[in-house]
Amino acid sequence: MNYEWDFSFLLQYKGLIAIGALYTIGFTIVTAIAGFVVGGLIAVARLANARVVTIPLLAFIEIFRCTPVLVQLVWIYYALPIVIGVELKPATAAFIALTLYGASFFAEIIRGGIASIDTGQWDAGRALGMRRAALMRRVVLPQALKRMIPPLVNQVVLQLKNTSLLSVLAVPDLLYQGQLITSATYKPLEVYTMIAIIYFIILFPLTTLAHGLERRLAR
Amino acid sequence: MTTQAVRAMPETTMIAVEHVRKAFGPVPVLKDISLSVPKGGVLSLIGPSGSGKSTLLRCLNLLTIPCEGTIRIGSHAMRFGRDHRMPRDRDLAAFRSTVGMVFQNFNLFPHMSVVRNVMEGPVTVLGQGRDEARDLAVGLLDKVGLREKADAYPDRLSGGQKQRVAIARALAMKPEVMLFDEATSALDPELVGEVLNVVRQLASEGMTMVLVTHEIAFARDVADTCVFMRDGFVVEEGPARQVIEDPQQAATKAFLSHFHKAAV
Repeated sequence: MNYEWDFSFLLQYKGLIAIGALYTIGFTIVTAIAGFVVGGLIAVARLANARVVTIPLLAFIEIFRCTPVLVQLVWIYYALPIVIGVELKPATAAFIALTLYGASFFAEIIRGGIASIDTGQWDAGRALGMRRAALMRRVVLPQALKRMIPPLVNQVVLQLKNTSLLSVLAVPDLLYQGQLITSATYKPLEVYTMIAIIYFIILFPLTTLAHGLERRLAR
Repeated sequence: MTTQAVRAMPETTMIAVEHVRKAFGPVPVLKDISLSVPKGGVLSLIGPSGSGKSTLLRCLNLLTIPCEGTIRIGSHAMRFGRDHRMPRDRDLAAFRSTVGMVFQNFNLFPHMSVVRNVMEGPVTVLGQGRDEARDLAVGLLDKVGLREKADAYPDRLSGGQKQRVAIARALAMKPEVMLFDEATSALDPELVGEVLNVVRQLASEGMTMVLVTHEIAFARDVADTCVFMRDGFVVEEGPARQVIEDPQQAATKAFLSHFHKAAV
């Protein structure tokens, strides 16, 4: 076996690669934020303890947590338009799928974080005369967020990796661009190695930052 | 809503509990409890664990909602039962803001410095300005002997110090009544005294208080009235010294005999 590694040809595709990286990063940021917001709303609604609300939400969470994102992308792009009668652009379908998938995990992380706060903290806030929203904002969430940071970062990392599935809908993320370059050059080893390196360059600082934050907040 | 005049009661009654019942699911915990505390009075609640004394205390500031009965603190009254709707969050909060509570496990806010803990009620609940609240908080920390700890975080304090901060935090709301739920039970023996001294000082200043405690000597010396509970009933009630030194009921005698062996 001797294979001549040669990455130099990739330079001529730098435009495509840059667009791919932007799509990957952009989709990660947008769907992580949207997923966090939706997940947060679900988590707060689930804490309400009304079964009419919690059972459908639990069903939603479990369906999205326990099925492949790839299938969810296909459902939302191909099946949802048939059900609701609206044509979706691939990017829109991808946004919806990744947001909801992320939300199902974020919801559990947030709910777990809130539930992990000692009931004595609620007692103390109530005893002072704090109302529910103030108690949540001033006492519970600041403590819960600290505990949520490691799993939240973890989920964002997975969220970024999941954007590679966007290529099935021909959304030009890094992996999709890689496939294009591969089909033009027949050099999959170099192309996919480069993609892995770019993922690593994006994610490693993020996980390092998370470790640092965790240490600092552990106090 | 349930705020209404309860029935003519002497001006000086600060806490009135009437026919309060509480069950957790099928388990009755309080069975028709009535008692009252005059303004400036100190009542100690004693009894074996599971007797319902902590539940009764938590009913006084509605951290636990009674199934039936009336709770009155000062001019606020709430009535509970089949014919009354669950009070709203806002009404509960208003009621609780007039009652200070100190917990066995302190329950300080660990993410806030000591002075912020004390400022939290005035700022968030009463809408006080930060400067005003800080002055109030520093004054109260001075009162409990912890002025120099104002900027420390709770995890740097001993149990006795934490509990004194918790007392300052409750006092910052200028409550009409203070409730102590086994405030010294989680403390090392050598730290109990510093907390009891603060409570004793409050009593001498005329604060109306209810103390759930296992410190029998303290229940006798600081309280005017002592109530002995067992199995969700008030078994015996009377002047603190009399109930503890010369109990009339067999159950009270049996309970107190565990303590007389130790130094009371």
